[in-house]
Amino acid sequence: MGAQLRVYKRRIKSVTATKKITKAMEMIAASRIVKAQRQVAASTPYATELTRAVTAVATGSTTKHPLTTEAETPTRAAILLITSDRGLAGGYSSNAIKAAERLTERLRGEGKEVDTYIVGRKGVAYYGFRERKVTDSWSGFTDSPTYADAKQVAAPLIAAVQQDTAEGGVDELHIVFTEFVSMLTQTPVQHRLLPLSLDKAAESVTSAAAAAGVTKGEIRPLFDFEPSAEDVLDALLPRYVESRIYNALLQAAASKHAATRRAMKSATDNAGDLIKSLSRLANAARQAEITQEISEIVGGASALADATAGSEN
Amino acid sequence: MAAELHVELVAADRSIWSGEATLVVARTTSGDIGVMPGHQPLLGVLESGPVTIRTSEGETIVAAVHGGFLSFADNKLSLLAEIAELADEIDTQRAERALERAKSDADDAAERRADVRLRAVAVR
Repeated sequence: MGAQLRVYKRRIKSVTATKKITKAMEMIAASRIVKAQRQVAASTPYATELTRAVTAVATGSTTKHPLTTEAETPTRAAILLITSDRGLAGGYSSNAIKAAERLTERLRGEGKEVDTYIVGRKGVAYYGFRERKVTDSWSGFTDSPTYADAKQVAAPLIAAVQQDTAEGGVDELHIVFTEFVSMLTQTPVQHRLLPLSLDKAAESVTSAAAAAGVTKGEIRPLFDFEPSAEDVLDALLPRYVESRIYNALLQAAASKHAATRRAMKSATDNAGDLIKSLSRLANAARQAEITQEISEIVGGASALADATAGSEN
Repeated sequence: MAAELHVELVAADRSIWSGEATLVVARTTSGDIGVMPGHQPLLGVLESGPVTIRTSEGETIVAAVHGGFLSFADNKLSLLAEIAELADEIDTQRAERALERAKSDADDAAERRADVRLRAVAVR
């Protein structure tokens, strides 16, 4: 076998091996999307009921709470950025990071200091490489987050919000994550979690109620609080933040798997194309080799015939 | 037929039980509370403890609830808990072992969780 042909054969073998790996990763990711989607769906009833309860308290009572009142001049904001632990997911993490960068710019433009909190090793590495300050970070659970993980993430954020701004607390809490729109579309989004914008929360409840067939414009019932409105709000709002963060983590996980699946699918397709063109080249090289051998044999034979003919004369 | 109320018992990561009931007894931070159909709209903070649901078929369902809320409006009761499990799902021996372990480790949170589980089983 000629040198040229051997090189092609070797490359085809290596690309085939890579293709097998990317194909396997694609299928693993595809199965994980379904699992992650199921988790999102399973956590929805809790989130819906909680939002309903929060709206009920906030609209049904006149109690003021640090988590619902907007500061007159907000000076400091916290951003929670959710990225993934591992790469091989196309632009998944970098898109989320870009969205967070834009939000940071905007908040700085409004004259606020920005504290950054990060979930996922990719985001930590990005900020670490640029030597930016990260207030806190977590990693290791982005593939399948549990509620305990969400609690762990939420705890320092809630503490920071409840603290006075002068003592290093924050006035606002934003969250940036990748929303799972569909198998094909995942978009990085940013929401302000705190202070609670009640219109939005109320809106989502109303739309849920409308979907359930409840007529709009109903009079909200006056609630009895057990033990008291303040205590209920105190206990309710942290849970609300946790549940929102949990939901964001789950959606981000589903998006990550979808992004991985797409990236791996295109890698598999590309490997297929590469194998095809390499086999064409290998075939051409083999054919050229054979042609050369034939012409060598023919040439040698005719030279031999010429020599014998010459010696007979 | 007596009046009924609709109950949704949901944990953070799944829906545990939903159906019609005639009476729900739960423990809030200020004491036990019983909710029957037509109760005044209510929002309360739950203590860790067993929740008893008397269904309209006359069955009694007990669940261990670890912190959370109850909210009642429009004859619909939502029990929200970070962690909740039905007494039928609880493995008594495992809960006992967990209680022993928590006691020896002086892990208060785990001890309370195991204790609530066992109490829920005892009520059943």
